[in-house]
Formats: sequence, C-alpha cells, structure tokens
Amino acid sequence: MTAAPSEPVDLPLRVKLAMYFRLFALQGSWNYETLNGTGVGFSMEPALRLLPGGVDGQPYRAALARESRYFNAHPYLAGVAVGALTRAELDGVDPVRIERFRTALAGPLGSVGDRLVWASWLPFCSLVGIGVFGAGGSPLAVVGTFLLLYNAGHFLLRAWGLRVGLSRGLNVASALGNPVLRQGPDYIGRAAAFVAGFALPLALQRIAGPGRALIGGIIAAALIGVLLLARLRERAEGWRIALGVLAVFVLYSVLT
Amino acid sequence: MSLLEALPIGLLGAVLGLDVVSFPQAMVSRPIVAATLGGAFIGNPPAGLLIGVVLEMIALDTLPFGASRYPEWGSAGVVGGSLFASQHSGMPGALPASLLAALLTASISGWSMVMLRRLIASRLERTRDQLEAGSRDALLSLHLSGMSLDLLRAALVTIVAMIIFAPLVKAIVAIWGSESAASHAVVVVVAAVVAIAALWKVFHSVKHVLWFFFGGALIWILYLVTR
Repeated sequence: MTAAPSEPVDLPLRVKLAMYFRLFALQGSWNYETLNGTGVGFSMEPALRLLPGGVDGQPYRAALARESRYFNAHPYLAGVAVGALTRAELDGVDPVRIERFRTALAGPLGSVGDRLVWASWLPFCSLVGIGVFGAGGSPLAVVGTFLLLYNAGHFLLRAWGLRVGLSRGLNVASALGNPVLRQGPDYIGRAAAFVAGFALPLALQRIAGPGRALIGGIIAAALIGVLLLARLRERAEGWRIALGVLAVFVLYSVLT
Repeated sequence: MSLLEALPIGLLGAVLGLDVVSFPQAMVSRPIVAATLGGAFIGNPPAGLLIGVVLEMIALDTLPFGASRYPEWGSAGVVGGSLFASQHSGMPGALPASLLAALLTASISGWSMVMLRRLIASRLERTRDQLEAGSRDALLSLHLSGMSLDLLRAALVTIVAMIIFAPLVKAIVAIWGSESAASHAVVVVVAAVVAIAALWKVFHSVKHVLWFFFGGALIWILYLVTR
C-alpha cells in the first residue's frame, strides 16, 4: 500500500522539530560498519513512534532495525533520505522496496552533498572570512561573518532536505535535480575563485606585517611551492608538507 | 601548564572537537573560529584570529569527505590559538612554533577520531542482535555514547596537547634564532602555497575559474594602487 506522492505525511510539528534537531546529531555514532546508518535510525525514531502499537509494537521495531542499517550520505542532505524513508515507513511501503530505495539514494546524496557543501560552500565561506580578516576586520566580525554565512546555507539545506523528503517520499529523486544542487557548485566555485583573488593576498599581507623587505622572496617561494604542489597533485597532502616544512624551520631556528 | 589550567581550554576543545563530526557540524570547529575562541580564552582574541586564519588556509587542503582520514581542526585550533595568544607579542618564534604545535595536534586528533570510529564499530558489533531486533534503548545508547566518547576524546587531546606543547613552545620561543621578518615570511609562504594548491585541487574543473581568480586579484591590485 503506497500513498499518492502528492499526499504529505501529516506529522505533528513537535515530531518534525525533533527529527530536524536530531539531524544535527546524525553522525554521533558514525563508524566504519554502518557509516551514518545508525544516525538515520536515530533521526527517524521520533516519527516511527507513530506506527501502530507505538514503541512496543512490531512495526516500530522492524522499521527501526531496518533504518539503522548501513547507509551513507552527506550529513546535510541525509534529511532527504530521513524524510523520504519516514514517509515510506508510515505509509506502509513494502520493506523490500524500502531497502532498494535506501541503496539507490545513498550514492547521489553523498556525491551531491560533498560537491555542494565540502567542495564549494565551505571553502567559499572560509575565503570570505579570510577576506574580512584581510580587510582589517575584528575577531568578532571575521568569526561572525563566517558562521552566519555558512550556517545560513547549512540550516536551510538541512530543513529543505527534510521537508522535501517528507513531502515527496519515494519520489524524492527528482528533487536532486534542483538547480541549486546541480549548478550551485559551479557558481559557488567561480565566486570562491573571485574572492580568493583578493582575500588571500590581503590576508597574507596582514599576517606578514609591515615592511616589504622580503616581499620578492615570499612571492618567488610561493610560486615555486605552488608549482611543486601542483605537480605532485594527489600524491602529497598540503597540510603534511606544511607540517614538515615548519618542523624543519623550527628545528633550524632553535639550533642556530 | 598544570592540569587545572588546561582544563577550561580542554572543555572548549571538547565542544569544538564534537562539532567536527558528531554534533552539530556548524563549523565552529573550523580553525578560523576555534583558534579565535582559544585566543579569547587567554584574553587575546586578535592573536587567536591571526593563527586561526593561517590554519584555515592550511585546512582548505583537507575537506572532510566521508570516511577519509583527515586532521581534526577543532581541538587543534583551540590549542594553536591558546598557545599563540599566551606568548609575548613580537616574539619571532611564537607563530611558527604555535602553528607547528597546532598541526601536530590536528594530526594526532585525526588519528584519535579513527580510533573512536573503530571503538563505536566494536560496540555496534556487540549490540548487533539488539539493534536487529529494533531495540530503541540499544540504538539510543550506541548513539549517545558515541557522542559522549567524542566529547571526551576531544577534551583529552586538547588537555594533553596543552600540557605538552605549552612549555615546549615557550622554550622554543625563548631560544629562537631566526629573524622576525623571516619567521613570518616562512609562515606566509607555507599558508599561501597550501591554500592556492588546495583551491586549485578543488576548483580546477570549474569553467573559467582562473579568470575569476585574476578578476579578484585585479581588485586587490587596484586597492594597492589607490590606497
């Protein structure tokens, strides 16, 4: 028995809020066995109590067990799955179909989220924060700008995911064609590159402090370093190289 | 630094370390925030911000993709910010030494996250039958204990790092031999190289991305000329 896709699940507001709040703790038990599967079960749990028999009923237990198995998605977009699976469970969709749906949804929610959030929105917001610092911003201005900007997107994305999942149920795949998810990373990438063009030099100037005696050396060394790292590509992690260079420099400065 | 002095910083590190993965991933754990808060804890937020920005540039290289292993910047940011903020201003070795301590903390803390994930997996294995039976208590216990252990993990990493690195950084700064300008220059070069290479790695496939970068650089040049 499957409800019509246009028919929204009638969940009490407190249940929706509980699910939304729990989404922020989705990765609380992240592990190498089930990845964020137990988190999905944890987030759906308040709604599953509405199944016949409540928390002591067999439908609740079966659904909770099913939904706590292996699952992998970007944490911010996992709300799409949580909402859609909740609706499917409450509508009494065949468990085999639910399993197939879970398997099919995990990949896209992971890759779309990684591209949009980790590889676009986060670096963009970081660069804006770095730019505010470079422009002489106070600690409060820098931290406030970064957190407000980043979390505006973060909180909205989680809320959108849960809402669209609950409203579309197993037909939620079409929502992943949303222009923000498809083209957003490209637009954000261009904006990030533009911001990087002035934010990085401004911030580096402020870190270097007054005096330009070493500016030529800094630019030359930076260019050589970037070219070397670009050649190494995936074979070397920048932060490890930074760690190594700093360790050698600290050792040199202590011994001389 | 005594345990009593490290404890409040450890609590801050715990909360920010929790934010990295477990709750709420609001990116208060990013070094630009964590180090500033660490500096503010010592009473010197601008110093915390300065090292936070350097760490943020380096952190652009490590985006937290799924199951990949990455440094944990929340606790590391707090350690870096607190260490740098507690040095006398104008000491040439303070920034590189604090930065090195923060990067080492990030690496060790990243490893501790892997250990925690394995621990949660082993706990899951022990309660698998209950979970398969749909036990609410087993699920809530697993989830909440995972978060509590993460909080504890981050607190321990921060406290141990502060106890080890606070006297070490102080000693390094005291016998530092390089000039101030050169010391800052090395940090600037390292941050610039890692940040630019990281951004290229992330955005190189975006169409016309270099033109946008040069457009931004033009704004910077105009700013320099008109200043």
